[in-house]
Amino acid sequence: MIEVKGLTRYYGEKRAIHDVSFDVRKGEVLGLLGPNAAGKTTTMKILTCYMPPTSGDAKVAGYDIWEQSMEIKKRIGYLPENPPLYSDLRVVEYLDFVSKIKGIPSDKKKTAISGSIEKAGLQAVQHQVINSLSKGFRQRVGLAQALLNDPDVLILDEPTVGLDPRQIIEIRELIKKLGGDHTIILSTHILPEVEMTCGRVVIINQGEVVAQDTPVNLTRRLKGNEKTVVELEGDEQTARSVFSNFSEVISAEKKSTDNSRLHFTLETSTDIRRDLAKALIDNGLGLYELRTEAYSLEEIFLHLTTKEEVA
Amino acid sequence: MKKTYAVFQKELKHFFYSPIAYIVIAAFTIIAGIFFYLYLSSFVEAAFMAMVRSQQYRAPMQKFNINLQLIRPYFWNLALISLFVLPLVTMRLYSEEKRSGTIELLYTSPLSVNNIVLGKFFAGVVFYFVMLLPTMVFMSLLFIYGNPEFGPVLSGYIGLLLLGSAFIAGGLFISSLTENQIIAAIGGFGLSLLLWVIGWAANYAGQNLADILNYLSIINHFEDFAQGVIDSKNVIYYLLFSVFGIYLTQKSLESFKWRA
Repeated sequence: MIEVKGLTRYYGEKRAIHDVSFDVRKGEVLGLLGPNAAGKTTTMKILTCYMPPTSGDAKVAGYDIWEQSMEIKKRIGYLPENPPLYSDLRVVEYLDFVSKIKGIPSDKKKTAISGSIEKAGLQAVQHQVINSLSKGFRQRVGLAQALLNDPDVLILDEPTVGLDPRQIIEIRELIKKLGGDHTIILSTHILPEVEMTCGRVVIINQGEVVAQDTPVNLTRRLKGNEKTVVELEGDEQTARSVFSNFSEVISAEKKSTDNSRLHFTLETSTDIRRDLAKALIDNGLGLYELRTEAYSLEEIFLHLTTKEEVA
Repeated sequence: MKKTYAVFQKELKHFFYSPIAYIVIAAFTIIAGIFFYLYLSSFVEAAFMAMVRSQQYRAPMQKFNINLQLIRPYFWNLALISLFVLPLVTMRLYSEEKRSGTIELLYTSPLSVNNIVLGKFFAGVVFYFVMLLPTMVFMSLLFIYGNPEFGPVLSGYIGLLLLGSAFIAGGLFISSLTENQIIAAIGGFGLSLLLWVIGWAANYAGQNLADILNYLSIINHFEDFAQGVIDSKNVIYYLLFSVFGIYLTQKSLESFKWRA
């Protein structure tokens, strides 16, 4: 549905994105993940034909961004970072205007407007002036605007920013529901959001794609080594000597001590919990907790986006 | 066409939903009203004095032409007030879209630059027409209590609308260059004033240059309209001026995409 090939964009001398490539299949929800100013918005602005790239090419819904931007614009819904609202219009007036400029035929306009009001949960405020709406409702009006033409491709730039936790959950549910019928690209710097809503993740850092895969695969790829969390009572020296008896233990890091209990995080090459538990108990240490921990996407993200400085 | 109309409609809504429209119309009406009162008073006084004099000296009364002595200078006056007020109308047309980010909606919708520019331009012209309506009430008083010629009044309004369109096209262009409304207003005002006074320089220029300056001056072409003459030469000047302003706006919008 979307093919991105080697997009590069400069703002004057400053490079915003460099050689960004990825594909999105039909019905897929793709998360663009990256720290602030990584180039997520720039990529989206290029895909929505808001501005052209300095070089590179992309196809959206089968149309070329250079040659057939009008066709693309007819088939996309775009929610920019700041919802593009006319604050002195009423919600229905605003949606009416958007439906006209998107070229929705007048016989379908009514159902399109009421449909998107329903999807975005705006029934209660549809006759209010946009100016009087809260941030959360404005975001939804923006979303309703993007859904109005029942687009093949939905591009959402940080759709949950500024919403309260309940609204965030609602919007995520909505996005999940919309995936399947619509191809969705959403950008965010909030990681759980990606884990929850996206089928695939593209991580962008400093304008370049540093990883792309499903959230599960990304986690697995980095996992390689197991992370084991141990909580025990007893002497630290004894504990460390037990750990060092295992050749599988790569590193042992003491996290904290409280109530005379020791917390360690071990990096091990395989799962050694069974033998480790026995050894710890045999050495007279009180074992309270022993569990493996998956790397969160958060850690993968940090790992990938800080790699350069480490290297 | 439909999309141009949608943009046009939206702009008119913006005008009349926001207080700016009412403040601008009120200011324009008050200033125009005061000038109308002053012109009318001095005309009536002069006519009265002439009548008294003619009775004193038993001489035939001097002819007074209301078209020549009241309506014509009054149209000049309206043109001047428009010069000051119209930048306030055009200042927000683009700046506001850029500032609030709605330009992203316009640029990612299947709209051509033409749809946007023309919709905004015609909304400005219609707003200007609404602004002129109260002055038509003033004029109708003259028709109720006197018998002025109708032709010059009509041509005067046609001239005002054409002149206003030219100002609006210029202001629209300035507004497309900036996201700051103050800059848009001052820039639009500066441009209009410059085009107004450029003709004055003609008095001190050589023959060829003087011709050019006189032609460029936006107000020189208004004179005939105020006198009741609709000359195609002047109509074409204003239309060309508007088209050129719209063209520049289009180019400015298109280049904005590449610079953004």
